[in-house]
Amino acid sequence: MSQRILTVDNISVAYDAVKALNDFSLEVNKGELVTLCGVNGAGKSTALKTIAGVLKPTSGTIDFEGQIISGKSPEAIHKMGISLVPEGREIFPSLTVAENLRLGAFGRFKQSDFNADLEDMFTLFPILKERYRQAGGLLSGGEQQMLAIARGLISRPDLLMLDEPSLGLSPNMVDSIFNLIQSLKARGITILLVEQNVERALQIADRAYLLSTGHLVFAGDPKELEREMVTSVYLGQQQKEGARS
Amino acid sequence: MTLPVFLSFIVDTLGLGSQYALLALGLVVVYGIMGLVNFAYGEYIMVGCYVLYLIGLYANLPWPAAFALAIIAAALLGLLTEMIAFRPLRGRSLDALLVTSFAISVILQNVFLIGISPRYKSIPYPAFFDRRIDIFGVVTSLRSYIFIAVTLLLLIALTLLMKKTVLGMAMRAASENFVTARLMGVPANLVISSAFLISGLLAGVVAIFWTAKEGMVGPTSGVAPLLIAFIAVVIGGMHSLPGAVLGGYVYAFLTNALGLWLPPGLSPFREAFMFVLVILFLLLRPEGLIRGNYTEERVG
Repeated sequence: MSQRILTVDNISVAYDAVKALNDFSLEVNKGELVTLCGVNGAGKSTALKTIAGVLKPTSGTIDFEGQIISGKSPEAIHKMGISLVPEGREIFPSLTVAENLRLGAFGRFKQSDFNADLEDMFTLFPILKERYRQAGGLLSGGEQQMLAIARGLISRPDLLMLDEPSLGLSPNMVDSIFNLIQSLKARGITILLVEQNVERALQIADRAYLLSTGHLVFAGDPKELEREMVTSVYLGQQQKEGARS
Repeated sequence: MTLPVFLSFIVDTLGLGSQYALLALGLVVVYGIMGLVNFAYGEYIMVGCYVLYLIGLYANLPWPAAFALAIIAAALLGLLTEMIAFRPLRGRSLDALLVTSFAISVILQNVFLIGISPRYKSIPYPAFFDRRIDIFGVVTSLRSYIFIAVTLLLLIALTLLMKKTVLGMAMRAASENFVTARLMGVPANLVISSAFLISGLLAGVVAIFWTAKEGMVGPTSGVAPLLIAFIAVVIGGMHSLPGAVLGGYVYAFLTNALGLWLPPGLSPFREAFMFVLVILFLLLRPEGLIRGNYTEERVG
């Protein structure tokens, strides 16, 4: 079997008194594309932010490549090889594309690697070469998303986490983002993908997790989840159950 | 007003404005990253002044060495307050940081009140600051030209630091979005410590300027510069470094102009006019003259 690189073991996360995640567990193996699905407010972004170190779990542990990372700072976790492309892109608007990319490599910078990686990003995203000296804030939404992904990739992460990369993009752009994710997977990059566009995510994922109001309700084969969703277990019954309880 | 008088007014205003610009910059460089108005900032200046006083009293150092020591002391104080007082509270409520900055301010004032004297002490400074310079009938003190030149050099250096170095890049990124910068591996400690170091360094330079103008230091010497910095920042803009610089020069222009044109009876109320201006700015244009990047982001 393939090698496990991330193990999230029974973590709970709360914003002040409000629990956002309850006893959540998840695993990612090397080279896998794993998707974490759920409706708005299910706790998907909370899960990614906790793995990245922005939020601290109140209980449970997160293990990355054999080391416990829960409790470490975001910068330390980035240095170990986890890169989060945050929801809403969060590029630095007044910094140029060049500066955004340079900062992406801040924690793991090596000049020799950087030049090669930059060329690599230009082949993946030719538009970034065209706009290299422009302020990030002047880019269109789709271009900003490409910049955000490139900024996440340029540190050569062992695990790339994408939080809603297709959010707010035109249908064409959504297509190219999903194509891109597939080609990143083909390169052997390990990806943890959070998406609201569940159908598209399930089509390309190796394994899937489904969150509902902070609880894990499914873990396994994306095909199976898709079938269950078609019979509207997730959209129909689950929500009714939630309303009753 | 004759031309020479007008020109000397301009030179004086630019000289004073340079001092105020550095003052405001030191406050904003920390605010931009932490969202904290550091009320201990005035005391960094006060300590710089006291270092000059103590050197004058106990050691007969050449001026450049004395000035360098004052700047280093203020910069180190900035760094130390961050590491000792602010860092343990980082990520807590902003109010806690604000109260902490007041506490540092009060503690430092009392250290010098008890340790030296509650009275104002005169500080020796080189006579050349006061030398009258006559350029084609424009008579001003050399001080103004020194302030302008030093400030220009510092602004150029700071611009290069912010635009051309990776540290500056990281600081700009952190002031736009602190959490995302950390997600790129930018260490929070590095960025915040650098901001406080720069803030303290600017305070040290201002301390020398302040000494050259006032010639005295006392435990409450930090209050007036802090107030000026605060007003300049409100005018210029809390969210942008160029805004702070502009605010400093605008403040100097307004206070000089008021001093010149107000009827003598109203002159003592110059400050009141400045406060009215602050209120107007807060009501009508709270973002200041230069808007900059509004970030409600907090250190978390």
